[in-house]
Amino acid sequence: MSKFKKFAAKSHLGSTLVLIVISALWLLPTFGLLITSMRESTEAQTTGWWNAIIHFTPDSWTLQAFSRVMSNDGLGSSIISSFAVTLPATILPLLLAAYAAYGFTFLVFKGREFIFSILIGLLVIPLQGALVPVLKLFLKFTAMTGIEISGQYAAAWFVHSAFAMPLAVYILRNYMMSIPVPLIEAARVDGASNFTIFWRLVLPISVPALASFAIFQFLWVWNDYLVAFVFVGNDHPVLTYKLLAMLGQYGEGWQSVAAGSFISMSVPLLVFFSLQRYFIRGLTAGAVK
Amino acid sequence: MLVKDSLVAIEAIIVGVVSTMLLFWLGNKIVEVLPNKIRKTLQPWVFIGPVVVLISLFLIYPTLQSIWLSFMEEEIDGSTTWVGLQNYKDIFGDANFRTMLVNNLMWITIVPIIVVSLGVVIAQFANNVGPKREKFFKSAIFMPMAISFVSAATIWRLIYSYIPEGQSQTGLLNAIWVGFGGTPQTWLQLEGFKLNNIFLMIIFIWLNVGFAMVLMSAAIKAVPEDTIEAGRMDGTSPSQLFFRIILPQIWGTALSVFITVLIGSMKIFDIVLAMTGGNYHTNVLAQNFYNEYFIYGNTGKAMATVVVLIALIAPVMTYQVRHYRKMDMLR
Repeated sequence: MSKFKKFAAKSHLGSTLVLIVISALWLLPTFGLLITSMRESTEAQTTGWWNAIIHFTPDSWTLQAFSRVMSNDGLGSSIISSFAVTLPATILPLLLAAYAAYGFTFLVFKGREFIFSILIGLLVIPLQGALVPVLKLFLKFTAMTGIEISGQYAAAWFVHSAFAMPLAVYILRNYMMSIPVPLIEAARVDGASNFTIFWRLVLPISVPALASFAIFQFLWVWNDYLVAFVFVGNDHPVLTYKLLAMLGQYGEGWQSVAAGSFISMSVPLLVFFSLQRYFIRGLTAGAVK
Repeated sequence: MLVKDSLVAIEAIIVGVVSTMLLFWLGNKIVEVLPNKIRKTLQPWVFIGPVVVLISLFLIYPTLQSIWLSFMEEEIDGSTTWVGLQNYKDIFGDANFRTMLVNNLMWITIVPIIVVSLGVVIAQFANNVGPKREKFFKSAIFMPMAISFVSAATIWRLIYSYIPEGQSQTGLLNAIWVGFGGTPQTWLQLEGFKLNNIFLMIIFIWLNVGFAMVLMSAAIKAVPEDTIEAGRMDGTSPSQLFFRIILPQIWGTALSVFITVLIGSMKIFDIVLAMTGGNYHTNVLAQNFYNEYFIYGNTGKAMATVVVLIALIAPVMTYQVRHYRKMDMLR
């Protein structure tokens, strides 16, 4: 037994060492970005970021790049744009999907399995497949009614909501299926309508699943480039859009692009680290997309 | 500007949520007053109706329309003429398109297997070190999942950047390479052995290993302790223990992670866009769609490219539907 314990202790140490190496490798690229964002422009242009650590001089560290991208490059307004796209594009599909998931789970109707199968099939359809016709649809609508959609936040909300629907309904239905049916039946016997059962009973029980999908969707929309590029574009540039444009113009310098990247990453990282548990649960619930 | 945009966002959230609730409430009220028999048939549609409309309008109809457009040629004024299979003939006749197909094939053969294997290995190691360390290491490896492809591109440009020989290198990879006596390389332009494609894949792998690790870790933890204990009793070596006892029990999860990553690497776009724009023979289908439509204005070819992409994903789709049906039967 003592031999086994020794072996276990050794493998414990070995595993830790291996993981230290892998984690260091995994963190190193992001660490480099953080260091770069706090360097002076000329230094960032001419030497690698590791020089800032090897030849450490406190004076050469600066937060100038952050304040510059916020004011000169309008990253401040891009943060607002990102929120303006992301928050509604997270909340709206969540409500719609929860409502539908209730229908798919607790109501019996003709074609239920068929429609749900289509939804599952749509899980893997690439975004690109629908983009152009949707764009044309918006333009047609504008031509008919005079109401601008494309270029407005609303366009992105619609598209993101629709594309989130398969995964959202799938995750929420999976979760709702674990709610005991007798509970629902009892409420029905007491005279509660489906509407009441949904709002008062099923929705509160489903909070964990709702939370994990919300985080998932928030990160997805916040990090999305394609939908923002096609449907919102230059009118209200979101962070990813802005950042890619900055990446194209080297004039800004590495430290600016790095600072911009770091600003755009800070929100998802914050969400991610504070709500990691829910996020992981969401991943485990719907290992798709 | 800032204030206005914030107000627009807040207003949108309120209007959106309130009108959605109103829609639900109204639909419910209408159904409630109907006679019992009609109510029973109509009520489910109050619940799933909005979603059905949404996906029909913004997913199903547009996808079918894309397929339709792939047989068309579009003029600048938006008018279309039927050209049959011409767009497909054009793209498949183009050597660049065939390169793309090869690239996509490379992505799906190399990336998923590496992501899943690394995920399993890391999960297995993390399982040994106790909960505190496990949490720390997992967070570190999982963290890139929260980063956008565009940010990832910025991060990795700091690694792959190139400065001519004789000057100080700003890219980490070149600095190491030169340190070992090499001459600086333009990594993303190295077309021999399609190395530049592999450098792009490394970014994707970096982003996705955390995802595989989390799911595989959950699967490994679900392996019954007594099966492992029984193996230990019989004196199996740790590697045998892993390959003979643990691996067969986590195979199902590994497969579903594999497929998820496979679909992701099939649809790969943002990384290629932000790193090379598809140049230096790193182009892939999704990137080509972007180039054809938004840069060259070639609607027909763009749509044909998308249809090829959908066709390649379709087998996975049927697999998913079948898999779900099987899972549902087991409930």
